Amino acid sequence: MLKESKRAVNSIRSLVEEEDEEDDVEKVSWSGEPVGSISWSVKETESSIRSTGEVRDQSFPKIHTAPSLPKNSSGYSLSSLFKGKAKTGSFQSFSESFGDPSIRNYAPELRKPKSEYKDYVSDWTPEETVKRMQQGKVYSLEKFRSLQDKLLLLDEAVNAHDGNVITAVLIYLKKSLSKEILFRELITREIALRHYIHYLKEIGEQKLLVELFKSMDRTEDMALMQYRDHLNVRDENKKRDFLKNCLSFPFSPDDATHVQDHYTLLERQIIIEANDKQVESSGQADIFKKYPRKASILNMPIITTLYYSCFYHYGESDGTFSSPANIRKTFRISDKQFLLTCLGARAKLKAWFDVDALFTTKNWLGYTKKRSPIGFHRIVDILQKNNAPVQVLQDYVNLVEDVEQKISLAQKYKCHDVIINTYRDLKDRQQLIVYRGKVERGSSEYRKIEEILSNSQLRWKN
Amino acid sequence: MAHSVRRDAPELPDFSLLKRLARDQLIYLLEQLPGRKDLFIEADLMSPLDRIANVTTLKQHDVDKLYKVEHKPIVSTSDQTVRGCFLYPLTNWFLFPDVVNADKAFGRFRRYKIIFSPQKFYACENLLEEQGIFGDVTTDEWSFYLLPLDDDIISLELPEFFRDYFLEGDQRWVRTAGSALHLLHSVYGPFSKVYGIGRCSKMAYESWREQVEEGEQRARQAEIGNVFLIDRDVDLVTPLCSQVVYEGLVDDIFRIKCGCVEFCPDVTSSDKSIKVMLNSQDKVFNEIRNEHFSQVFGFLSQKARNLQTAYDKRSGMDIKQMKTFVSEELKGLKQEHRLLSLHIGASESMMKKKTKQDFQELLKTEHSLLEGFEIRECISYIEEHINRQVSMVESMRLLCLLSLTENGLLPKDYRSLKAQFLQSYGIEHLLTFSNLKQLGLLVEQQPGETLTVMESRVGKLVNDKTAGKLTDAFSSLAKKSNFRALGRRLNLVPKSDEEYDLRVPRDMAYIFSGAYIPLSCKLIEQVLERDGWTGLEEVTRMLNGHEFAVTAGSNGSDARVKTDSQRIILVMFLGGCTFSEISALRFLGREKGLKFIVVTTAITNSARLLESMLDNHA
Repeated sequence: MLKESKRAVNSIRSLVEEEDEEDDVEKVSWSGEPVGSISWSVKETESSIRSTGEVRDQSFPKIHTAPSLPKNSSGYSLSSLFKGKAKTGSFQSFSESFGDPSIRNYAPELRKPKSEYKDYVSDWTPEETVKRMQQGKVYSLEKFRSLQDKLLLLDEAVNAHDGNVITAVLIYLKKSLSKEILFRELITREIALRHYIHYLKEIGEQKLLVELFKSMDRTEDMALMQYRDHLNVRDENKKRDFLKNCLSFPFSPDDATHVQDHYTLLERQIIIEANDKQVESSGQADIFKKYPRKASILNMPIITTLYYSCFYHYGESDGTFSSPANIRKTFRISDKQFLLTCLGARAKLKAWFDVDALFTTKNWLGYTKKRSPIGFHRIVDILQKNNAPVQVLQDYVNLVEDVEQKISLAQKYKCHDVIINTYRDLKDRQQLIVYRGKVERGSSEYRKIEEILSNSQLRWKN
Repeated sequence: MAHSVRRDAPELPDFSLLKRLARDQLIYLLEQLPGRKDLFIEADLMSPLDRIANVTTLKQHDVDKLYKVEHKPIVSTSDQTVRGCFLYPLTNWFLFPDVVNADKAFGRFRRYKIIFSPQKFYACENLLEEQGIFGDVTTDEWSFYLLPLDDDIISLELPEFFRDYFLEGDQRWVRTAGSALHLLHSVYGPFSKVYGIGRCSKMAYESWREQVEEGEQRARQAEIGNVFLIDRDVDLVTPLCSQVVYEGLVDDIFRIKCGCVEFCPDVTSSDKSIKVMLNSQDKVFNEIRNEHFSQVFGFLSQKARNLQTAYDKRSGMDIKQMKTFVSEELKGLKQEHRLLSLHIGASESMMKKKTKQDFQELLKTEHSLLEGFEIRECISYIEEHINRQVSMVESMRLLCLLSLTENGLLPKDYRSLKAQFLQSYGIEHLLTFSNLKQLGLLVEQQPGETLTVMESRVGKLVNDKTAGKLTDAFSSLAKKSNFRALGRRLNLVPKSDEEYDLRVPRDMAYIFSGAYIPLSCKLIEQVLERDGWTGLEEVTRMLNGHEFAVTAGSNGSDARVKTDSQRIILVMFLGGCTFSEISALRFLGREKGLKFIVVTTAITNSARLLESMLDNHA
């Protein structure tokens, strides 16, 4: 194996050297011809698979590759002068212009003797330059000095669909053009623009990016871009101030509300955190002793904060920042969402009385009734997941409207009373007898079934 | 042509060659640096490197120590440091200059080399230059384009492709894809036909074609005849569906990395987790990987019974028979036993996880979305999923599926679901929503269907080429998935009232419990059947066009002999493909007597795809 690889490596080396001789302009090499060398070594190592089959025309046709987005023609764009019929905004017109003899004049004479080559290094056309860059050969961008030349080069890079080269050209343009000019030209070049934005994002040139968006009236992008930076701020007080500063950014109306929420949330979390930390360490409140906090509440989502507040600050008056009611109101939390979160927290604490109160409503006559914005089968599910005892569960199973669902839930969680009463109400003697067979003989539920079955006043349907 | 007997599918080419090529080039690069050196490897490159070279190989080439790249000053005794960097992300190795400068401050002058894989970018070199360390650091590239993960799967190991191209609009990987194709073409080609759909596919094709023209052509017997290129954004629905085929499910739950999975103690029923290679070498896995999960248990228990019988044979044996048994069969049986218990353990653990999260209800919602049935119920299911703060990525996945299948959300639903999502998972996901919108994964419906009307009216007036451009323009305003129309046109969603026998699948829909035929695979099937896009005009229009079908050579190629290579089809997914899709293609291959080779920029699934949309990795 090792021998083989050595041989392959040696062959690659000889190939590389060969190339160097051939073209002594190339002092720096983009690691030779990668694919070429690989296929070359394949030839060596796998001569067996080579066969001298018939040589046929293997070339594939060129296909039309449209740019990602149509360019809008810009009144400012100098390049449009170059593009002839550029008003329609297609790059084809650009390549057509190469057919123009006046431009072809400045294409280099490629058949010069090698010794004179160096003098012509800077005479490569945009097309040749891009090609050389793609192949990792020596190139030079310095000669592209006029705006027209620069833009021709950029357009050529875009036509070659090679992001690496597009970015390289953009880096050159960034260095050699004022940003106003560059921005202006990029407006009409969507593909190049996206490469530029991505490049700036990667190297972290936030400020320039903001300016770019601003110059293009992409205000929402600009706002989001700046908002994104809050992720880099570690200290919570600094982060809060940063978010406060974000409030003035031109977000879309919806997003502006969310960012406002973000600021308000962190502001409150800081207050709650400071307070609770102090209370917890002083050992004043039982709740913290019994259930020590596992993590700080800072930077947690709204719902987590609500859960926390339902857990540690239940029953506080609406006026305090940490009370569930206050959080609910401030962040416009829906009834359904509020109930789900509150239920989770109170059930976790096994505060069944609180759970009960969540659903209890009084009508004008003073009668109480249980209501819920979500189906009671869901409530049962949540309670069960929080290990609620059967006595609690059955109350809620009983509230499930759909009788079949009620019975199946009751069976799942062994709420005997519910099942027995339901069958009784349905006057279903048969089912009751079947169920008697399922419960333990002599147990209280067994006796209850016996009692009902022997009640002569009931009129069974079967 | 004899149609009495369907020929067996042809043999697959040997892709281990690709590994050897990559290894040889790495060795060559190491030998370029004589003397002892330390090798620093970027975390992302570890697993791929493992697949092609081992420590011994590296040590044989004077590598002293191996380190994982961490961005802090290098403590190393060697005076030469070779750094293996898995390409960009610039943000990751942005700190590299600090390392060098720290060295300088200490008066140390080490020689550094950064080897980029699979290629270097001008932007990286520019950064080195700007930081004033160009020269102190030399660079090279290791053209490690293709990693064979299995007999029929080759990966470019570029998970960043999806985000870079489809979200950021950066075409830096287009040429890489072209080069990868070129490599395959020069080793296993020449290809005779190339089909494709998608803008990136088109560009990758062009890049490949140019590279072919630049290089020399040798005549050789082709091993791969046809190629199909497809952009991931042609079909975003499929990768967002829950996977229920064994291999896909394992990937969804345990995450297969570079063909290797780490089974937790839960699975191995021991106190430590173990890493297992999952490929066709694993005989048990090979038989269940493409099966619907519901079939796997039955299969495994049958297998276990067979194994028991094989073991039981011992009881009646004499010494001589026993000797043969031990020397010939026992090892195999033990091996099988080990694999079997592993996969049974995995299945059990997956069952447990899935029952806990009410998998059935989740699947029911997904299927309703695909069918376009009871959408209001689906929305309230998703809402509750969000309200209860169940897995963030799952919630996002369901939202995206809703948007893709319904051509966007109604503005009031969009606003309300977004607000609830932010409340539950954090307001910074504003950024995620902006990304999802940009990519067209989660959008608001445009008021009225004015766009469609306008589009079709204008489309009728102008010729095809211009219409294509107009569609582009419209699509940038509102990327529409047209899922319903496509589904009807291509029969992607079978009638739900029919029973679907998962034991004997009748079509590719089996990979989604019979509920949906993956669009990507259906397109491939249709195009191969029709030998092009004829008759699919309406479909391609709904997919925003960019389809092509080209044949090598302009003349005389029609008369070529039908060889096995014509029945080997290389499918290249630009932006990733899922194990479920690979299973579907394997099924298609068996049905049609074809063999598919999947080349993908990376193996993906819903979680990977959506996680790449997150912006909170600051």
